[in-house]
Amino acid sequence: MTIRHHVSDELLLDYATGALSEGWRIAVATHLALCPQGRRRLSLMEMAGGVLVREHPPEPLRSNDDEAWISIKKRLGVSEMQPAVLQADDLAVRGGAVVLPEPLRSYVGGDLESVKWRPLGRGAYHMPIELEDESTKVRLLRIPAGKPVPEHGHRGRELTLVLSGSFHDGEALFARGDLEEADETLQHQPVATEGEDCICLAVTDAPLKFRSWLLRAIQPILGI
Amino acid sequence: MKQNSKSAAKDDLARLIARVGSSRDIEAFERIFRAYAPQVRAFMLQRVRDPQLSEELMQETMVTVWRKAAQFDPSRGTPSAWIFTIARNLRIDNYRRSRRPDFDPNDPAFVPEPEPAADHALETRDEETRLHAAMTGLPSEQRDLLKLAFFEDVSHSEIADRLGLPLGTVKSRIRLAFSKLRAALGDRP
Repeated sequence: MTIRHHVSDELLLDYATGALSEGWRIAVATHLALCPQGRRRLSLMEMAGGVLVREHPPEPLRSNDDEAWISIKKRLGVSEMQPAVLQADDLAVRGGAVVLPEPLRSYVGGDLESVKWRPLGRGAYHMPIELEDESTKVRLLRIPAGKPVPEHGHRGRELTLVLSGSFHDGEALFARGDLEEADETLQHQPVATEGEDCICLAVTDAPLKFRSWLLRAIQPILGI
Repeated sequence: MKQNSKSAAKDDLARLIARVGSSRDIEAFERIFRAYAPQVRAFMLQRVRDPQLSEELMQETMVTVWRKAAQFDPSRGTPSAWIFTIARNLRIDNYRRSRRPDFDPNDPAFVPEPEPAADHALETRDEETRLHAAMTGLPSEQRDLLKLAFFEDVSHSEIADRLGLPLGTVKSRIRLAFSKLRAALGDRP
């Protein structure tokens, strides 16, 4: 699997600094789970953050280190060690049949079979994902093979991460792991590729602007 | 072989973390603690202002270092980048109530690095030194932006608002900065 559409530097920087809010972060973290190149770019940004901190060191506060060490030592016994990162071989043995990577899978409550799809009309389905942070809307979308997502524009930002199947948006093909970033300037009509339904994670921070008056009329009912 | 004391100290820290990860070496951990606790405590105090809370967040950082030591991979970054990333995340978690989801390298759906990490190990030794040099060479408008991002924990769109710059300008400065830094570290894409 080769990722063709990567997370942008500005979004990845927001991820690295922790400024990205929960909804966006689910999409970027899940993309990164599928994209070693993105994780290398992330580790460079984290290194840059470390360099900056060391270049502009705050005045070190050394006053009560001994006391702190005693209280930390007490906590070490009770806190479990986390296992080392698995090697590729170990993972291959466990098989690659899981469709939804972490952290998304935990938000959904399991892999694809636990998704409770709700009809959107025209053969499309969605499952909204509830978050504590309500500044974004997060949902899984299932677009039937060969069918378009209704043409829409954006009032804010939209992130779409492909999890299964693929879609075309104009000339560009988006497949598993690919991330599409859209903003106010983009009016687009993604079309699912023939042969397989396309399952995506979609994150938005404002309602979509549909071209069709009919869709606009029923939009509040669908909650998209 | 010529090697300055700074990178030697860094290698040493990487080895200490490895010892904590592999054998729960408490002496190695104490040396990490002595080296980083004052810096991390001060790093916390810069943003949270409350000494008691800064102390708790520093201790939480150190306990996390102990817990996750086996996950530290010296081919992917330096000890201080790793420790300050842990510290920064805990600092943000403290003032943001929502969760901070992250990928999980132990997840069966996780796609691992295709090439063996060992190839990198030697050349990454002085990566931080090279990165530091490359960052010094960035235009100040790009450096200032990175400082705002990492010190104030603000998003790129908040940075645009603060500086009164168009969002597109901020985006292109970020992209320019990181393409230079990636180029300076060689084959990193």
